[in-house]
Amino acid sequence: MKIFATLVHTLGSSTGSNEKLAALAHYFSTADDRDKVWVIALFSGRRPKRLVTSTQLKQWCYETATLPDWLFNECYDTVGDLAETISLLLPEATATAASLPLHVFFEQLLALATATEEEKKAYVLQQWQQLSKDECFVFNKFITGGFRIGVSQKTIVNALAKSVQLDASTIAHRISGNWNPATITFEQLLSATAAAEDLSKPYPFYLAYALEQPLEEMGTAADWQAEWKWDGIRGQMIQRNAELFVWSRGEELMTDKFPEYQSLTELLPAGTVLDGEIICMPPNSKEVKPLPFAILQTRIGRKQVTRKQLQEAPAAFIAYDLLEWEGKDIRQLPLAQRRKLLEQLIQQIQHPVLHVSPVITFNNWQLLEELRTQARENGSEGLMLKQLHSVYQSGRKRGDWWKWKIDPLVIDCVLIYAQKGHGRRSNLYTDYTFAVKDGDRLVSFTKAYSGLTDEEFAAVDAFVKRNSLEKFGPVRTVKPELVFEIAFEGIAKSSRHKSGVALRFPRMSRWRKDKTVDEINTLEDLRQLLLQYGK
Amino acid sequence: MALLQFTDNGLYCPDGDFYIDPWKPVNKAVITHAHSDHARAGSTAYLCHRLTKPLLELRLGAHAYQEVEWNEPVFINGVRISLHPAGHVIGSSQIQLEKEGEVWVVSGDYKTEDDGVSGAFEPVRCNSFITESTFGLPIYNWQPQAVQYAQIGEWILQNQQQGYSSVLLAYSLGKAQRVLQAAAMVTDHIFLHGAVANTNDVLVNAGITLPFAKRVTASVTKDELKKAVVIAPSSVLDSPWLKRFTPYRVAICSGWMQVRGNKRRQNADAGFAISDHADWNGLLQAVKATGAEQVYVTHGFQSAFSRYLQEQGIQAAEVVTQYGEAFETDDVPSSTQEQQP
Ligand SMILES: [Zn+2]
Ligand SMILES: [Zn+2]
Repeated sequence: MKIFATLVHTLGSSTGSNEKLAALAHYFSTADDRDKVWVIALFSGRRPKRLVTSTQLKQWCYETATLPDWLFNECYDTVGDLAETISLLLPEATATAASLPLHVFFEQLLALATATEEEKKAYVLQQWQQLSKDECFVFNKFITGGFRIGVSQKTIVNALAKSVQLDASTIAHRISGNWNPATITFEQLLSATAAAEDLSKPYPFYLAYALEQPLEEMGTAADWQAEWKWDGIRGQMIQRNAELFVWSRGEELMTDKFPEYQSLTELLPAGTVLDGEIICMPPNSKEVKPLPFAILQTRIGRKQVTRKQLQEAPAAFIAYDLLEWEGKDIRQLPLAQRRKLLEQLIQQIQHPVLHVSPVITFNNWQLLEELRTQARENGSEGLMLKQLHSVYQSGRKRGDWWKWKIDPLVIDCVLIYAQKGHGRRSNLYTDYTFAVKDGDRLVSFTKAYSGLTDEEFAAVDAFVKRNSLEKFGPVRTVKPELVFEIAFEGIAKSSRHKSGVALRFPRMSRWRKDKTVDEINTLEDLRQLLLQYGK
Repeated sequence: MALLQFTDNGLYCPDGDFYIDPWKPVNKAVITHAHSDHARAGSTAYLCHRLTKPLLELRLGAHAYQEVEWNEPVFINGVRISLHPAGHVIGSSQIQLEKEGEVWVVSGDYKTEDDGVSGAFEPVRCNSFITESTFGLPIYNWQPQAVQYAQIGEWILQNQQQGYSSVLLAYSLGKAQRVLQAAAMVTDHIFLHGAVANTNDVLVNAGITLPFAKRVTASVTKDELKKAVVIAPSSVLDSPWLKRFTPYRVAICSGWMQVRGNKRRQNADAGFAISDHADWNGLLQAVKATGAEQVYVTHGFQSAFSRYLQEQGIQAAEVVTQYGEAFETDDVPSSTQEQQP
């Protein structure tokens, strides 16, 4: 645990990605194999379930530290992170027992899953007495199920590649899919046989970077395939041995969430893996035209799908690529060949919700540029460009595939509420709510947290502190003066928002110091955008 | 009439007609210590500790300064004034006022752990105590100085091994001298930014012993700076002044580094939670040791700290002053001998 806490500390304080990689590689080449499995699980989002609620934890902490609850909350507000607040408030460890290996902690946590609250409390208090501050912080993160450290899967994979004799894309494949850190060994996890035995195992997704050069420098248009970039959930549909599995890009197994796909189990030949996009669209649609993302969202996050949901938010699968065919990994075939097989397959099975993502025909770059302007009306977020000879790679790579998104929608609005950020920004006002004009009223319509530089955040923070009109708990009402341009990817009707709209991926794209609050957009402008793009 | 009043100019003693750490120019100012939020220019006459005087001269220029030793009472219009070590920085003092049996103590800034250079904090009994609360939340509890020094030393050695210079950012009066001591325990290859070097020169002149360190001047070659320790005020962070030390790592030495988020927000490689202010337990201890019937809390987390004292049965009120800033600012002139960015 000590070694892991040190790793977390190093990852949290180092600023360069090379340092992070080095720290992880060092960990993987020195740590116990049983611990490594858990570390891979943690960093790839396979977090153990939360053992206790934040409320329980808070209460146990202020009892132990003999502090009033208001003072605990005051501290939490300042620190911004529950696990850290607790680690700072607890008295120094008294019983310094030898530090237990990481995997032992997880075994203990798993064993406690069904324990009573009293038993859990006794366990937690005992650990609190023994752990150093850094260990205590990590431990608290484990038991609240909130362990997240800013390291990408790619970094993990690269670090692993340095300590075992495998290349990064093989590792990426083997650590994906369905495995249980409590039962698998490090060797099994990385072995070829285990990968072959796990029927559900998806391939690592090939992801594209945003286009970086002018189209003219991309070579001959005829060497490229263009498709619409659909705005849904990137997914893999797998049929092996008469079983169907649907994975999201976030490596979540979503098979049960989409009963629409079930009948494909019989139709797809065994040993088929499709890469595609999960979207909402009525069955038997003649052309691909997704419903807004907001509708798809109603399908995510629910355990049970209701009949009403199936009617109002029918799911479909738009296939982009074929990765496995007749039980063979065909990722090394050129795209043109994979595409041909894909088209034949989908043509053959004629399923009401399985479509192939249409290819856009163009014979010169200029035409493609014009077609791209229709992306939003088609319900897509832009274009994908793929080299016809490209193999299917692992992870985000430059060169063969590019995404070329349409420019975001923008609206000018004014800052009206501010709240302190969490974690890294816990002392600054960085979470903002914005309003548009409606006559001489201001109507709030979105929140945004990102898009400004550190200096800009500091400047807005200073403004907020000087120009607060009211305080409601952690929220400050700010003098409506600062104008920002908010960029967003989509707009949908919403009854939960005062303005009647909800934005997708809103962020601050520019601080419009040149504009006053009189010059911002109106609620009517928002409604116009909704009419135009909300369907 | 109370012996001390809270006015727009600062803490005022009407009987003695003088101010303590005023934030506007006044006739007579009694100064707790030489930090810029406590000692401001423009007053006609100053009274301060012997070791504070040369520091005020450095920062505020020539003025009428009267110096006293600790526990050496002076009388102004019948008010007895005495200074007592506050343990915050060199020369820092608590100020005790007494008239007709009524005793007030103004803490200024203080810390309760003896750092070996600033003089050990001396609890002074009083009726009314005005305390700072810069770190007045229970999340702020410092490691003992020896542990902190060892951590700094370890970091320096690790950087040297990997071929990096170690830039330690610290307030030029107080923290810088302590960090210098910590560094001197593992290396003698130490350089000082002009602001720190100027402060040290004044202190050495006043008879304080400090480890040897060189000033960074234009004539220092890049070669000499390899793997060196550099002590500088935080204003150099993200400035081109740091370039000459490449490759280097930066650590911020400040109590605020106790919270991870603050460490990451500042563009630094490491943070050491080392402070010249009392931590939570230090504040509580100090307040209790005064035996004061009335406590006034300024300078920091005053509302939380005063509320907590109230709940502990200690009369406490928060007072808004103009002392303290979230992150300390440093206004020691950096040099007459070197061009600064
Ligand atoms: Zn001070
Ligand atoms: Zn101060």
